[in-house]
Amino acid sequence: MSKKEDFVKFDKVDKSYDGKVLVVKDLNLDIKEGEFVTMLGPSGSGKTTCLMMLAGFETPTNGEIYLDKNPISNIPPHKRGIGMVFQNYALFPHMTVFENLAFPLKVRKMSQVDIEKKVDKALSMVSLGGFANRMPGQLSGGQQQRVAVARALVFDPSVVLMDEPLGALDKNLRESMQYEIKHIHESIGVTVVYVTHDQGEALTMSNRIAVFNDGKVQQLSSPDKLYEEPVNSFVAEFIGENNTFGGEVSEISSGTCRVKLEKGEIIANPISVKSVGEKTTVSIRPERALINPKDKMDNNQKGKIEEVIYHGDHTRVRLNLLGNSEFILKVPNSSQNLDIKLGNEINIGWNSHDARALDLK
Amino acid sequence: MSSETGKILTTDGIPLEESLKQSEKKNKIKAFLLVAPLLLFLIITYMIPIGDMFSRSIDDKMVTNMLPKTYKAMENWDGKELPPEEVFEAFYLDYKILVNNKTAGKLQTQLNYEKNGFKSVLKKLARKQKKFEEGNYKEQIMKVHKRWRNVEYWRAIKRRAPSYTYSKYLKGIDMYSNEDGKIVQVSEDRRIHRILWIRTVEVAFFVTLFCFLMAYPIAHLLATLPMKYSNLLMICVLLPFWTSLLVRTASWMILLQQQGIVNDFFVWIGLVADDNRPEMMYNKTGTYVAMTQILLPFMVLPLYSVMKTISPSLMRAGKSLGATPATAFFKVYFPLTIPGIGAGCLLVFILAIGYYITPALVGGASGTLISNQIAYHMKSTLDWSFASAMGLMLLTGVLVIYWIYNKLVGVDNIKLG
Repeated sequence: MSKKEDFVKFDKVDKSYDGKVLVVKDLNLDIKEGEFVTMLGPSGSGKTTCLMMLAGFETPTNGEIYLDKNPISNIPPHKRGIGMVFQNYALFPHMTVFENLAFPLKVRKMSQVDIEKKVDKALSMVSLGGFANRMPGQLSGGQQQRVAVARALVFDPSVVLMDEPLGALDKNLRESMQYEIKHIHESIGVTVVYVTHDQGEALTMSNRIAVFNDGKVQQLSSPDKLYEEPVNSFVAEFIGENNTFGGEVSEISSGTCRVKLEKGEIIANPISVKSVGEKTTVSIRPERALINPKDKMDNNQKGKIEEVIYHGDHTRVRLNLLGNSEFILKVPNSSQNLDIKLGNEINIGWNSHDARALDLK
Repeated sequence: MSSETGKILTTDGIPLEESLKQSEKKNKIKAFLLVAPLLLFLIITYMIPIGDMFSRSIDDKMVTNMLPKTYKAMENWDGKELPPEEVFEAFYLDYKILVNNKTAGKLQTQLNYEKNGFKSVLKKLARKQKKFEEGNYKEQIMKVHKRWRNVEYWRAIKRRAPSYTYSKYLKGIDMYSNEDGKIVQVSEDRRIHRILWIRTVEVAFFVTLFCFLMAYPIAHLLATLPMKYSNLLMICVLLPFWTSLLVRTASWMILLQQQGIVNDFFVWIGLVADDNRPEMMYNKTGTYVAMTQILLPFMVLPLYSVMKTISPSLMRAGKSLGATPATAFFKVYFPLTIPGIGAGCLLVFILAIGYYITPALVGGASGTLISNQIAYHMKSTLDWSFASAMGLMLLTGVLVIYWIYNKLVGVDNIKLG
């Protein structure tokens, strides 16, 4: 079976609740069949609204949403055949786990035998085989969430939407559920649209991530690209940690540029800057800056250690560097003995490729 | 740690277990003292009156106390034939005391309840007994009136021997125990209480139903509207609740009477002819309308408080799983509101079944309920024991309904908020 391109398609979608403010602006998004796409963004960025429009609980103000090439704006939610997992599980508290899972099958008028078969299969998929007769209230949060996932998948929907499904779970459980959902997705190949504000979750699970801010998709790409090659300073800031320097481009050539700061100068990789004189924010990931580099690097600076925080596997070091007193370094915990002590001056180096000159914040 | 360390001691050497128990005990006494005023209040204002009502409703000592010798003599009489001489003698002696104390009238009335025509026989005996000679009272009494030869009259006296009776309860359901001691219905034209009981249950049932039908959408709206609108609507629901019951009933009288506002409006829009205005008051219609309006908040509030707790995502989940809005409502939303429906219906039904002022004012003859009958016996006929009996029957009925409800739905499922 060949995977269909643009299986779910947002085409120039706008959404406004009050007629004054657009919460979603000119959204274009194509999702392949079988893909796991995460909508990631801070609260109020419009990601949940997009999900609700796809589910049919909200209608787009402008534009159209296509599901398998068919426009769906005029189809009510119960005819869309899209499974959904809600943030607070939304299990029916008066039904047993079995009845919860049987609900979508019963409304589709399946025979009792088929229902039992499918429910059993779905429950064993989320490893809750013996829990069919429990009430949702008797289950733990993680178990309830698995039931909710099973219920959204039991009627073989073509698309499953998940609205911050792990938000209410504790950290350990959240991590194991991330892997579980990822494995379920891999094994049955359903298209998943996942909404979260937790970047770790997004990076772990997704094929592609759409970073939302201010009603717009800032960047849509695979997790590694998103982290390594953010296209603007919002994405760089939002995903992972980030050291920034504000400055002005003083010289630009193919592949490198010089950015003049208030104190000093950085050789950087021009991403969004095109010409001399442009204001820019230079972003460097903490792990790309090295202490006492052996090889020659494009940038070599001296910084004063202002704070040292021990994290077990690594140590976070805050430096005052080029006038930025919030410069963070991550030093791996190795046998190498570095002279990291409060107040010491150390040499820091990084390559121009890793210093991305992005748009002004 | 070793398990053989023995008892854990507190710093002052008392075993910890004992010390804990002591402080627990103190707390329990404190808790009891805190609820004691309420308990006392309940006993004085609720338990004691109910106990008094019960003893009053079954009390029948009056006749027993008036004829002590007679009942002692009657102990060995089987009631098949005329009683022996001792009974006649004892009755003569008892009756003589009553006549001399001028309390014979009460006995005459009471025995006349048992057997029609007893009064005149006893009156005649009261006049003649002065001339009685000692000895052979049987002959002398039978000579006064030939009815004394009828064993029925003596059986009537014997029936009143016990100092307790359930006859008031029988009367409450239009039955009585006849001369043979069998429980039978009263003649058809006198069966008024049963009609009242049926009407009371019927009115309570329909008022509950109307309240439910009207309150459910209101409560749903209240629970789903944004805060600023729902507060306003809540005040609209509660405003009548804060108004005096009498004022509300009176305002319905103004609205519903034949020359009232509602009728005027019907005539104005041409729904009814001016000379053919429907009677909407002093009948069941008035009772239904006024009671439904007055009891509506009692249905809205429990429904609202339950609906408020139902997450809107449940309906969405239902729809996303493929249920039509109607199916999602009946399979998901409605079952979750059942605790509220139960609480509201039980509350409204129990309040309606004992409702008094509204039916008294707008009910007329065909719209009054059992509570009005109880009040009538309390105030007009002064038959307090009958009023007590009917009041207890009403209370029992409510308890039975509560029991049935508990069996069907479970009281744990009631939610008032």
